[in-house]
Amino acid sequence: MSTTAHPSAAATSYWETEPHHHPEGASTSLGFWVYLMSDCLMFAVLFAVFGVLGQSYAAGPGPKVLFDLTLVAINTAFLLVSSITFGFAMLAMYEGRQSRMQVWLAITLFFGLAFLAVELYEFHHLIEVGAGPQRSAFLSSFFALVGTHGLHVTFGSIWLVTMMVQIHRKGLIPANQRRMNCLSMFWHFLDVIWIGVFTFVYLLGMI
Amino acid sequence: MSTHSIEPHSHHEGASHDGHDHGSYKSYITGFVLSVILTAIPFALVMTGGLESRALTAVIVIAFAVVQILVHMVYFLHMNSRSDEGWTMMSMIFTVVVVVIMLAGSLWVMYHLNTNMMPQMDHNQMQGFGS
Repeated sequence: MSTTAHPSAAATSYWETEPHHHPEGASTSLGFWVYLMSDCLMFAVLFAVFGVLGQSYAAGPGPKVLFDLTLVAINTAFLLVSSITFGFAMLAMYEGRQSRMQVWLAITLFFGLAFLAVELYEFHHLIEVGAGPQRSAFLSSFFALVGTHGLHVTFGSIWLVTMMVQIHRKGLIPANQRRMNCLSMFWHFLDVIWIGVFTFVYLLGMI
Repeated sequence: MSTHSIEPHSHHEGASHDGHDHGSYKSYITGFVLSVILTAIPFALVMTGGLESRALTAVIVIAFAVVQILVHMVYFLHMNSRSDEGWTMMSMIFTVVVVVIMLAGSLWVMYHLNTNMMPQMDHNQMQGFGS
């Protein structure tokens, strides 16, 4: 070891001075996943509110009077079917079959909208019989929780239409594939939240 | 003279090498069939009036929901410990821990607040309070 430093030794770097290169979109799926996790926390808060206030009927109607499990079962089926058709759309995307993918996306959209239609019908019915969100703490927390989920499905559907137009115009470019990956996670995540909703709100309320 | 050559940080080369599992028709259909079964049983249980014990019915329904959530995670969201170098899994574990603390804590605290509330918090009896 000589004390005179070799010129190249001075250039030895112990940390990277050059910002290292990330390929475009390499961290998108992780970032979107972190968003979904934060969304999950928001739903957890709404579930906690429902858990606390779900028994406070204020002498008003309870779940057994208000809910129709057949309707909920139909809604669950719609969302579940839309989940698998979205999966088929993603598989068609990986195979590069664009028109097939568009057909699956259209079917997914149909079931998503059918879900929303049934949910809006249910909300309309509840408000009409005087069981609106202002009736009791139970109904306030019910509308907040189920309504937020419905709002997510609404925005998911808008995103789905946007992607169908994007893919129609630009094709299956990497950016669109990345966006579809995010939307796929979003859509399946909403289905997972719905499992919590139909279990804790509807089924446990009807026992 | 040892020069530690710093390897350029190697990132994922392409979408297919980052540990993301895309699934297949088989895995989607498996997940779908499992989900249908796991949904139909609790619905049938509750719609036919449930078991004698309400608590047992509730436990069974919740157990089915937990299993179904796991099925969705594996077959639809393609969760595994490899994607994004394990950070997907880590962030999910963190979220689950926070959610459990938050849910259990809220329900516990609020349940005790409700049961330990003064027995007669009646507005009629609060007339004249402070006046």
